[in-house]
Formats: sequence, structure tokens, C-alpha cells
Amino acid sequence: MAYVFSPSDLVQVAPEIFILSMACVILIVDLFLDDRRRYVTHLLCQVTLLGAAVLTYMLGFGETTMAFSGAYIHDAFGDVLKIAMYVVTAAVFLYSRDYLKDRNLLKGEYFVLGLFGLLGMMIMVSAANLLVIYLGIELLALSLYALVAFDRDNKTAAEAAMKYFVLGAIASGMLLYGMSMIYGTTGTLSSTEIAARLVDLGSDDLVPIFGLVFIMVGIGFKLGVVPFHMWVPDIYQGAPTSVTLYIGSIPKIAGFALVMRLLVDTLPGLVVDWQAMLIILAVLSMAIGNIVAIAQTNIKRMLAYSTISHMGFLLLGVLSGTTEGYSSAMFYTLVYSMMALGSFGILLLMSRSGFDAEMLDDMKGLNRRSPWFAGMMLIMMFSMAGVPPMAGFYAKLSVLAAVVDIGLVWLAIVAVLFSVIGAFYYLRVIKLMYFDEPVDDSPLGGSADVRFVLSLNGLAVLGLGIFPAGLMGLCLQVLS
Amino acid sequence: MTFELFIFYVFATVTVASAVVVISSRNPVYSALALVLTFFSCSGIWMLAEAEFLAIVLVLVYVGAVMVLFLFVVMMLDINIAVLSQGFMSYLPVGVGVALAVVAEMALLVGSKYFGADIIPPPERHVAEYNNTAELGNVLYTVHMYAFEIASVILLVAIIAAIVLTLRKRPLTRYQSPEKQVAVRREDRIRVINMKAETEE
Repeated sequence: MAYVFSPSDLVQVAPEIFILSMACVILIVDLFLDDRRRYVTHLLCQVTLLGAAVLTYMLGFGETTMAFSGAYIHDAFGDVLKIAMYVVTAAVFLYSRDYLKDRNLLKGEYFVLGLFGLLGMMIMVSAANLLVIYLGIELLALSLYALVAFDRDNKTAAEAAMKYFVLGAIASGMLLYGMSMIYGTTGTLSSTEIAARLVDLGSDDLVPIFGLVFIMVGIGFKLGVVPFHMWVPDIYQGAPTSVTLYIGSIPKIAGFALVMRLLVDTLPGLVVDWQAMLIILAVLSMAIGNIVAIAQTNIKRMLAYSTISHMGFLLLGVLSGTTEGYSSAMFYTLVYSMMALGSFGILLLMSRSGFDAEMLDDMKGLNRRSPWFAGMMLIMMFSMAGVPPMAGFYAKLSVLAAVVDIGLVWLAIVAVLFSVIGAFYYLRVIKLMYFDEPVDDSPLGGSADVRFVLSLNGLAVLGLGIFPAGLMGLCLQVLS
Repeated sequence: MTFELFIFYVFATVTVASAVVVISSRNPVYSALALVLTFFSCSGIWMLAEAEFLAIVLVLVYVGAVMVLFLFVVMMLDINIAVLSQGFMSYLPVGVGVALAVVAEMALLVGSKYFGADIIPPPERHVAEYNNTAELGNVLYTVHMYAFEIASVILLVAIIAAIVLTLRKRPLTRYQSPEKQVAVRREDRIRVINMKAETEE
């Protein structure tokens, strides 16, 4: 084996290095700021994200190259997902700022941990080696555990963090065990080499399939699909809403990248096996997610079950095994992260010091209090339910088209049936906002920048639904 | 049986036997000590496999640091085993069922049929000058450089997370402020008062 390390590889990971260095700088700078000047930390984070986006854009969208002895893959697919993650992270930080300030939680560590989590996700997005994929997941998971427990004096948050930590550790163990099985049969960690060796081995070898089962458990947990979804509602409900916003939006993009890197890039030889497993996961997620969401009275919990059903929908695109399917799943992920961002963002906007908007009843009469943001929430809910002309409709349509293309018409029918059931609880939120009397009449707060970005967020979901061709074309282009 | 194989079986037997003690002992201190023995015999097996660096690290890190910490915790905390093992019998059938299923599945797969010497040939013996530690260093800082750096970031996040979750500023806690101690002046500490000498009338 040749021991090679070429320093020119470092240029490829410039965005990652930039985020890491800036996170360390922010960690130090924050120590010298008192609570009144904490906004500097927030500003620095936004500058960091902007810088990383510029770096990714300047270095990216070229030929697919490998770096670090094949551990890092630099391709247009990763570049698009990374830029999407920067945008979503910037919005998450902005929406959370006032909420955290009202609760004396506006500390530099929230932003630093958020940046480190983002770094973990960037590593996952461009990983081409089992070890690096695992390390990326762990970096993200560790940041998330700490973020969930961030509000230290809150009992439910501590309980949620504990559950998340224990279940996450078990899932990581499962994933690692599966990876060790794959490593045992192929003798390599590199995705491309594993893909080649598995073709040589043929599909009758049981050990890779045994490994795949464990990897699937790990993926299922990280994505939060049934039957590995138990943590999702508790963590969404228990964590401070700003952290729920983080968990509910950005890691979904990384989760999709994880599925693509692990299943599509590394294990294409086992496509028949993982397709069957994904069908089961997808159907169960859509069923449990949509039906149980109806019974919820807590809107954070309801959105958690809605996430589960959306992840099931996302898997439909992946399991089709075609380029169209992958690109529709990618479109779905990007749109979903925007919808999650918007809906949790409005919950943050409705909260003020001493009051958290988290029950369905808190949505009552939102139209009286702020017709504009009730309209934004309306767009989000219609989009999640899949009502045209919102982006969610087009996302669902393209995923279903991919499934029908490979001849699984029954699966498409099941998916549509469960979306119809799911439409009920989205419409209930709209009914509460428009036809019920408000519990309190106070107008919505929120600073001008938050209101502006939140409006952009809502209009983007509407705009992408009317003109989906640009983003859809981009997804197709980077995947083919 | 070669002498090497004999050594291997000795270490293997000790490993399994002490591992059984770890989970069957009622006293957590015995369990921790048995775990130390397990690590020692494991490191012996690794030594036989020519992985001397890993063998040394296992003893240094796990026996030297982790287990000592573990023993401290076990001895400091007054753990009531009777409470912890409540409901053990009611969970036993489920646990045994799951364990048997997993063992059966693994026995089908992780055997000589898929991992035998004819499928994965045993590696060549290394020459006497072969240095496992140097090899590992070479791989770690070149081929696996990226993963190595990420691991260091994970450790950094672990430090930040631990501090965020545990560091509390309590106003009532008594602590020394070296800054103030150094900056102290004589006038802060003693006050010279001019008093008239008291005389008896």
C-alpha cells in the first residue's frame, strides 16, 4: 500500500476547513462578549456560512474528483446539497435568535454546536468511505445530543436528550456492525471498491446482505422511519423549539445524502435487497406517521409524526433505483427542509418570553392576529399535505411518478391513500387559524429581519410549486 | 499443537471465562476487576496477531485509565444492586429469546463457510524487523488522514458539549479570585485607628 498524502487535497475540503476554523474562532470570540453583545456571535456565524457558500460555489460544479486516498468525493451532487444546507442553517440561526434571547439561552455554544453539526453533515454529504461516513454521523449526533439538552434546567429536554443519546448509541452500534460485515467480506472501506467487489461476489453471498440489514437499521434510525421512529416525537417535543427547528430541517438533507452514499454508491450490487427493505420502511412510515399524527394535540409532536410520513415518501424516490427517482427524492428533501423550516419558524415567531407556542390550540385565530403569517402557515400546511400549486405537491407527484415508472403501481396508490388521510391534520391547523376565535389577541412579535426571511421562506415554497422546473432540472443534472 | 496455538487457547479461555464473570458477578467491583482480566488476555491475543501497538494501547488506555475511573465510580457511588436487578426474572424469557435468535443467525453466517481460511486466506507472517506501530502511524497520517482529523473534531465537540452541560456559575459558591488577592493593598486589610490611651482615672 502506498502511503500518500498530497497537500493539494486540502484545497478540495476548503469549505469544511473554513467552517471548522471559524467555529473555533467563534468559540474563542464568544468568551469575550457579554450578553448584550451576543448578536456579534450570530453575525459571525452568518458570515461563516456565507463564506463557506462562496468557497463551495467557487470550487464546485466541476468534474467529480476524489481526495484523501478515496475517502472524500467532490461532485456537483454534494455541492448542491451543501449550499442548500448553508442556506437552511443560516435561516435556522436567524429564526432561533430572538427565541433563545427571550429564554436566556442565547449562548455562543448554541451556534458553535450548530456549526459543528453542519460540519458533520458536510462530511457525510461528500464521504466515499465507510469510516468517514460513520465519523460524519457521529459528529452530527454528538452535536445534536448536546443541543437537545441545551436548556439544562428543563426536565423534559433532559429526558429527551437522554433518550436520544441511548437510542442513538444503539443505532450507531448497529450501523457499525453492519459496516464491519461489509468490510469483512470485501476487505476494503472505500465505496467504489466495495461496489466493484460486491459485483464480483454475486448476489448469493449472505454476509453482505446480513451487513445490509444492520446498516438499514442504522439508516432507519437516523432518518426516523418506522419501526425505528420512537425517538422522533419525544425529541421534537422535548427539545427547545429552536433546536427542534434545527433537527427537523438540516439533518433531513444529510440523511438523504447518507442513503445515497451508503446504498446507491456503496451497495448498488444489493439493490434488489435494499429495495425490498425500503418498501417495508416506506409503507410503515407513511401509515403510522399519518394516522398517529391525527391524534396529537401538541403541534410539535404532530409535526414530528408528519416528518416520519415525509421520510417514508422520500424513501419511495430512493427505492425506485432510477436517476429520475433519486432526483425526485432530492427535490423532495430540499422542499421538505424548507417546509419544516417555515412551519417551525412560525412557531418560534408566535412564542415570546414565558410562552411557547406548542399546542394546536395556540394556532387558534392566527388570522386575526397576523393575516400575513397565517397565510404563510397556510402555504406550509397545504404544501405538506400536497395541495397544488405548492412545492410539496410537485415533490409528491415526481416521487410517485418514479415509483409508477418501475411498475409498483400499488405502492403509489398506498402512498396517495395515506397522504389523503394525512391531509386531515394539516387542514385542521388551517381551520384553527381561520375559523376559530383566538385565545389571546396580542399581535405577533418578531424583529423585521426574521419576518422578512420567514416571508421569503413561505413565498419560496409557493414559488417552487409554480416553477419547479429549475430546481428539478438541477437535481436531475447533478445526479446523471 | 504448536506452542503458539497453545498460548492462543490459554488466552482465549481466560478471555471468555473472565467475560462470563463480568456479567454474572453480583458485586460490581468483582465485575470491574474481571473486565480488567478480560482486557489483559485480549491484548495477549492481539500480541499473537502481531498487532503490538493495539495490545499496548488496550492495556494503557482501558486498563490504565478507563477501568480505574470505572472502579472509582463503582466504589464512590453506593449502587443498590437489589433495586437494579428488580424485574430481572420477568425480562429474562424475552432477553433469552432475543439472544438465542441473534446467536442462531450469527452462527449461520459468521462461521467457516463465509469467513473460513479458504475464503479469506490468513495473512503472511511478517519478518522480524516488522514494526506494527510504525505501519499504523504511516497509514494514520497518510491514507486515513481525513478520518483522523475528523476524529479529533469529534473529541473537540465532546469537550464543548461536556462543558456546556455541566459548567454552572453559582453565585453562592465560594472561590478564590487570584486577581483580587494580588491587587490587595494594605489599607484594604487593616485599619489603623488612633486611639487615646486609656488611663485609669
